[in-house]
Amino acid sequence: MLSYLLLTLALLSSAAYYLGRNRAFAVANGHIRNLHSLPGFYGSYTALWCGLPALLVLALWVALQPSLITDLVVAGLPPELHDLPADRLNLVVNDIKNLVNGNIVSSAPNPAILEAANHYRNLRVIGNSALWVVIVSLALAGLAYSWNAIAPTLRARNRVEQIVTLFLILSSTLAIFTTVGIVLSVLFESILFFQHVPITEFLFGLQWSPQTALRADQVGSSGAFGAIPLFSGTLLISGIAMLVAVPIGLMSALYLSEYATPRFRAIAKPALEILAGIPTVVYGFFAALTVAPLIRQIGTAMGLQVASESALAAGLVMGVMIIPFVSSLSDDVINAVPQSMRDGSYALGATKSETIKRVLLPAALPGIVGSILLAVSRAIGETMIVVMAAGLSANLTGNPLAAVTTVTVQIVTLLTGDQEFDSPKTLAAFALGLVLFTITLILNIIALRVVRKYREQYE
Amino acid sequence: MSTTAIATDLGLKPAATAATASRSVSSVEVTDYDNRQTVGKIVVDNAKMICRGVNVYYGEKQAIKNVSLDIGANEVIAFIGPSGCGKSTFLRCLNRMNDTITTCRVTGQIKLDDDDVYDKSIDVVQLRARVGMVFQKPNPFPKSIYENVAYGPRIHGMVNTKAELDDLVRDSLERAGLIKEVEKRLNEPGTSLSGGQQQRLCIARAIAVHPEVILMDEPCSALDPIATAKIEELIDELRENYTIVIVTHSMQQAARVSQRTAYFHLGDLIEIGETDQIFTNPKHKLTEDYITGRFG
Repeated sequence: MLSYLLLTLALLSSAAYYLGRNRAFAVANGHIRNLHSLPGFYGSYTALWCGLPALLVLALWVALQPSLITDLVVAGLPPELHDLPADRLNLVVNDIKNLVNGNIVSSAPNPAILEAANHYRNLRVIGNSALWVVIVSLALAGLAYSWNAIAPTLRARNRVEQIVTLFLILSSTLAIFTTVGIVLSVLFESILFFQHVPITEFLFGLQWSPQTALRADQVGSSGAFGAIPLFSGTLLISGIAMLVAVPIGLMSALYLSEYATPRFRAIAKPALEILAGIPTVVYGFFAALTVAPLIRQIGTAMGLQVASESALAAGLVMGVMIIPFVSSLSDDVINAVPQSMRDGSYALGATKSETIKRVLLPAALPGIVGSILLAVSRAIGETMIVVMAAGLSANLTGNPLAAVTTVTVQIVTLLTGDQEFDSPKTLAAFALGLVLFTITLILNIIALRVVRKYREQYE
Repeated sequence: MSTTAIATDLGLKPAATAATASRSVSSVEVTDYDNRQTVGKIVVDNAKMICRGVNVYYGEKQAIKNVSLDIGANEVIAFIGPSGCGKSTFLRCLNRMNDTITTCRVTGQIKLDDDDVYDKSIDVVQLRARVGMVFQKPNPFPKSIYENVAYGPRIHGMVNTKAELDDLVRDSLERAGLIKEVEKRLNEPGTSLSGGQQQRLCIARAIAVHPEVILMDEPCSALDPIATAKIEELIDELRENYTIVIVTHSMQQAARVSQRTAYFHLGDLIEIGETDQIFTNPKHKLTEDYITGRFG
């Protein structure tokens, strides 16, 4: 139904394009140079006038029609149904809609509901017919108006380009609005959570045990929502991962861009990037089944207490996973430093390593910091490896040999399984997400500041 | 072979040859275009650098063919010639900048004073400290003006204290004729200067490591006439203390700044001699064609 209307609109617009173009040829008396713009722009101008207003009205109509019809139907219900409490009324309305759409109804329909369903159906048919009439006439009106407006002096190109610019602006703001939407949705759930658990307890509490009692007399499920152990765990594992990934990644980038032969580089770089393509679950296996036991064995041999699931195992493997992010991006930015910088340094008698340390790295710093930031956000957001290799116990410890857990892992465990969506246990996930988001945001801002302050611009 | 046929071989318009033929006075000694023996005196008494039988190959392609010449101490020698004639390649052999190109191979002998530049015992880092270079496009480092000049002395450990470094930086900037313009803004980035100032900064940077020879690869080709005039003036002053080798596309520039001139053609050193003689009385037909604007 709607698709036919859209198709009609598309056909009308394409017709408008040709009409507009032909009209432009006609008013130009065969000399295109007489026109302000190329004929194609007059075509686009007509097509846009034909399609855009109609499309806007269509979108508005489709958005508003269902609630309008529902309101009308509810107003027409007999008083005993009409005066039901809000949630019961909602159920009735749902039944009516199900009847209309031919779905299964919750109970045997009574006559009043059947009648309401009929009413609903009628209104919908009227609405749809009206929609067709309005949209098609609007499209035709736009077509007629713009077709009539075409004259050699009409600045069709400028108008069309304005519209295109508008589209570009809309596209670029879409991501921003999405972010804002996500933040708001997380924020509202978090506020609900903080009504159950005080924000100070959440932010500064040292105990994390998100089991709430289902019954009043239940034992041992008092629930503690102190997020510090989770963030310390995240910090510990990400820190270990960065300790592995940043030096190795940077050094491999330096080798690839400055020392390696082109042939070695052509093989090694793609090979390194394959690391980034391995699913994290596979890394998880590797961490839990190979690295963790190895660390445990070595630790035991050295007389250390090592948990079978340790932060060190997860961090090491995560670091390896992140290496290609650091190396590949850093390699690209180091390569992007102009050859003239290297020549200038070599010509002064600088060695390769002096050139790298004093010229290339400072010039490539913004890009390198960017790549490290990307790696950090990967490390903080990584879940699978930690679940498998570092365990679920929320220990507050700085010992890399102990089992810890991270924010993301806890979000996953809080949200999986059957539970109400208004219990503090579930809502805690949103609060964790919000704090995590805030932290990465602050990290990004700091990094941007650092880059702006220390960057050396070479162009 | 008729001259017209040869001219066509070389891609010349026959009309140009006709014009040459009709010139009443021509003192050219070598009229054979195919004769690529170097004309003129390659040897000087007080040679700073001595090059003998230098060949340069890029992979299979030979870019420099058996070039021999001397570079005298405290002289400005200009390399001229049409694009692709190998003058820049030869210049870059003198401080082994060609080492950075993997496919490049150099044979023959180049000596700086008594040291063989291509000898295994020579450290290329030391060599480049003695033979500095200024490039076609100004390439200041993305650091402050001060740091740009201080870069060389720092990596070579030439100074011990901050005060010494300050003096050296100021001295170098002064010699490069830049100190008045940048005195108050030593901490601003070198890239904030104008093109001509940037090039003088690069010269200051090169001077700061006290080189003996300065190579200049078309140092003014990216600059406006006023900046060019300043650099040329500077080159003249620098001659007192340094030996300067300059590659240039501008024959006027070569005539203005240099004492000797070498004309390169497709990898051959065609003619070398006193600048005055080269421009007023060339001995090789190819040189004459080039300097009279008929070729290149």
